[in-house]
Amino acid sequence: MAFLDKHKKIETHATLLMVLSLLVVTIGGIVEIAPLFYLQNTIEKVEGVRPYTPLELAGRDIYIREGCYVCHSQMIRPMRDEVERYGHYSLAAESMYDHPFQWGSKRTGPDLARVGGRYSDSWHVDHMTNPQAVVPESVMPKYSYLLRQEVDGKYIAGIMSTHAMVGVPYTEDMIAAAKEDFAAQADPNADTAGLTERYGKATVSNFDGQPALTEMDALIAYLQVLGTMVDFTTFTPDPTR
Amino acid sequence: MCAKQVTKAPKEVQTTGHSWDGIEEYNNPLPRWWVWVLYLTIVWGIGYTIFYPAWPMLTSATQGIYGPQERAAVVAEIKRFDDANGPIKAKLVAADLAAIPADDELKTFAVSAGASVFKNNCAQCHGSGAAGVQGKGYPNLLDNDWLWGGDMESIHATVAHGIRNTTDGDARYSEMPKFGTDGLLDDAQIGQVVEYVLQLSGQEHDAAGATAGATIFADNCAACHAEGGTGDRVQGAPNLTDAIWLYGGDKATLTESVSKARFGVMPAWAPKLSEDEIRAVAVYVHSLGGGE
Repeated sequence: MAFLDKHKKIETHATLLMVLSLLVVTIGGIVEIAPLFYLQNTIEKVEGVRPYTPLELAGRDIYIREGCYVCHSQMIRPMRDEVERYGHYSLAAESMYDHPFQWGSKRTGPDLARVGGRYSDSWHVDHMTNPQAVVPESVMPKYSYLLRQEVDGKYIAGIMSTHAMVGVPYTEDMIAAAKEDFAAQADPNADTAGLTERYGKATVSNFDGQPALTEMDALIAYLQVLGTMVDFTTFTPDPTR
Repeated sequence: MCAKQVTKAPKEVQTTGHSWDGIEEYNNPLPRWWVWVLYLTIVWGIGYTIFYPAWPMLTSATQGIYGPQERAAVVAEIKRFDDANGPIKAKLVAADLAAIPADDELKTFAVSAGASVFKNNCAQCHGSGAAGVQGKGYPNLLDNDWLWGGDMESIHATVAHGIRNTTDGDARYSEMPKFGTDGLLDDAQIGQVVEYVLQLSGQEHDAAGATAGATIFADNCAACHAEGGTGDRVQGAPNLTDAIWLYGGDKATLTESVSKARFGVMPAWAPKLSEDEIRAVAVYVHSLGGGE
């Protein structure tokens, strides 16, 4: 066939093949990726989703550092078994301030998209310290050292600025008060008026139950907010999306 | 290992035209079936973009003939099961709580439905066999020792509203003072009251210490744990006279409990579970052996 014979010209010319391959990949990429930045229906507007507080954001970094995503997904798919087990299916808007998102796909452990509020803070401490002590069937490793790693939020303002750069609406006020809010959220006796004013609903608790502010505090603060921002008693997602 | 040299007739198949040290390569066409499968996938792909959401346009992607379906499908699937169980669930919700365990039909349904609710939501703390975690503060639900009551009404209220959480205004609440940390009792007094508690629970104790401890107990502890230490379910104050301990009944653990107090928290499940699920799991827990 004449058409296939012309194709031979490309196949036998290395530079031409490379240039044309690049062109094809570029077109594919533009068609698939570029619309996500302007299409109105990729992220639906959902009330309640807010940027993470400084302590939660630090906890999220610990979550990523420890590789929690290697075994835990944060994506409840729209299937009956998952909805019955974990709660309402995940919405894109619920992870719109996640950079990078933690949807994951490896499900050795349970999905954590709605783990917030399911267990008490002290359960999380017991479970992270020695998972088998509370769930004998578990294969999760121990993370007791998080209780000994103290944190002070020294770099949290910088991390928040970075997130602001990629589109998370952290205000200058939030970044300026980052260190203060970081400590306040883990101290039930602290003045949390500023924290509440800047972030709205945020759980204030001595998450790890010990006086020092540790990585355990940050990680539990993060886990306890997962999936709790959207109130599904008042919000019904558009079924045609 | 030497196969017979296969020589094809000239002109039957062309070679690629290259010759590497005399070795030439046939330029055979791709297998016909393979080529047709390729064309078929292209046709399939075009069809797919017609039936399902696909091409990005100016404000949204094309919706396709079928449109997005996942959300409606999962709602329909859940509704199918809800409808199938609808009548018995309605009966469960309408029934008088205390009467459910006596109703065979409701009990059979609620115990199996409640077992799956329990395994999904409660087993992480109370254990998959509901035996709790001994010495860790996660109560055993199999025995007949109840902190907040073991009848249907009490179990239902505990599941729905939880204990000492900050999210539910109706959560069960009580707070033991930190007698040591807050300096309400000195170390000697704590030692004495611990001896008295050891005596109450029939363990080895120092008689003189226990006698002194009895007065301290009457002044500081009896308001909640009752005279004689039998506890008070209205306040979730444990019975100290039996051999069942939430955190441990040895001297060291008791000293820690008196000094620093305990503050076990259970989340409220009313926002996460439906009323029929809460009732089902209450019946399940009630049926485990200790129900009153």
